[in-house]
Amino acid sequence: MNSQFRRHLASTAFIIGFFLLWEALCWAFNVSDIVLPKPSQIIVTLVQRAPALWPHTLQTLYTTMVGFAFGIVIGIALGVLIGSSRIAYDVAYPLLVGFASIPKVAVVPIFVLWFGAGTVPAVLTAMIMCIFPIVVNVATGLATTEPELEDVMRALRATKLDILWNVGLPRTMPFFFASLKVAVTLAFVGTVISETVASNRGIGNVMMIASSNFDVPLVFAGLLILAFLGVALYAIFSVIESRITGWAHRKDNFAMG
Amino acid sequence: MNSAAETELPRTDDTFVELEKVTLTYGRGDKQVTALGLTDLRIDKGDFVALVGPSGCGKSTILKLVTGLITASEGYVYIAGREVGAAEVRVGMAFQNPTMLPWLTVRENVMMPLKIVPPFRQEYRSKHKTEFRDRADALLKEVGLAGFGDKHPWQLSGGMLQRASLCRALVHEPQLLMLDEPFGALDQFTREELWAIMQELWMKLKPTVLLVTHDLKEAGYLATRICVMTTRPGRIVDDAAVPFPRPRTIDMSYTPEFVSMTQRLRELIVSARPVKETV
Repeated sequence: MNSQFRRHLASTAFIIGFFLLWEALCWAFNVSDIVLPKPSQIIVTLVQRAPALWPHTLQTLYTTMVGFAFGIVIGIALGVLIGSSRIAYDVAYPLLVGFASIPKVAVVPIFVLWFGAGTVPAVLTAMIMCIFPIVVNVATGLATTEPELEDVMRALRATKLDILWNVGLPRTMPFFFASLKVAVTLAFVGTVISETVASNRGIGNVMMIASSNFDVPLVFAGLLILAFLGVALYAIFSVIESRITGWAHRKDNFAMG
Repeated sequence: MNSAAETELPRTDDTFVELEKVTLTYGRGDKQVTALGLTDLRIDKGDFVALVGPSGCGKSTILKLVTGLITASEGYVYIAGREVGAAEVRVGMAFQNPTMLPWLTVRENVMMPLKIVPPFRQEYRSKHKTEFRDRADALLKEVGLAGFGDKHPWQLSGGMLQRASLCRALVHEPQLLMLDEPFGALDQFTREELWAIMQELWMKLKPTVLLVTHDLKEAGYLATRICVMTTRPGRIVDDAAVPFPRPRTIDMSYTPEFVSMTQRLRELIVSARPVKETV
């Protein structure tokens, strides 16, 4: 308990120290606002512009979560398919890797062409950004399930679905949650990319407009909001992860029991 | 009923498991390996048969064939008069590794067969918190694991896990129990304790048991019949009843009769071992 408290204290001190150093360096070298605004100034901007920024924050959060939700559903479906069938693995994997290698900025104009500017392309971009890590992790988890564990079930004449449900998927959960933490941050990247290119709402759009107006403190305020949202969601999924996959970390008091 | 009636082996109405001229080969062409060659085996209902033999003689292969985990290349495997895939027989299985699912508690692991095997699976939803739970706890108590139901597998020792694994193999009251060296990785004292528990459970529940083991004392203590196998291709070369009365005890294994029986088995296995090829 004590050491945990000390760890939290150390990490909080480090974060605060980072911003203090930033502030101090800006003062010391007299850095212009247009190049790098001071943290204090960013926070002032954040507070002053809060009523205007709030709806954009909600828009970005909403878009990301919808895209992320679709990404999870499709990612699990593809992952299960690829992970449980050798043929599907051989056929789909090269395509998947190829698809994942495409820079997502390049895909946004196509989505805009199909669905028009606005929320839909942002949701889709967030979705395709986060599918790949989920698919790879779910597929790996399923493909590396110990045959002995499956034998136990097969000796009981369990169906393939029984085995998937009772052995494959639970065993894959640690892999899945590890991928979710990566995927949720990628979903933000996807949303903001699309908002920057083709939308009139969202934090990405705010930052785009602010930078063309040389309103650099506002740009950084947008960055800060994105970073905060990313950290918050990461933390939420970490908590869910440790509750569901505590067995993998051998926690004595994990909650599923 | 089936062509098995034509074979010369004695057949009783009680026959439960039947291997008829079963062959199993792995690979193809020059690399083909015959793991099991033309094996006949008949096990009566409620019998306890031990398979002993040198390593690699196909003992576990027979087990997997009877369980339906692998299919015979030639020949037939019947259970309760039907081919292995079609037979609706409840099978319990325990391996050398306890193979507990780490995300479940010990009790949930023990209850797993009830979740899968009919007719229990239809009632699992309504009974898993009452009747089935009590049944798992009762079994755990019988093997000396009372109070460990809520623990996770990694919190238990190897011997304790093997006890839990026995519970899982028995919880759905299988007609057929497959034991693949379940006591092989345990220390001498735990092993002897589990033999006694196993014997007790078998005398109470009377499943048909097929035990694969390297330990002749274990085979003599537990089995009613011992089959000796040779290696490559695996075949059964000796099949003898074990005459000692039950319940058997560890002291019994030091009597001259018991020792001479295990000696005879030992000689059979040693002579069945292939001559070492000199390089």
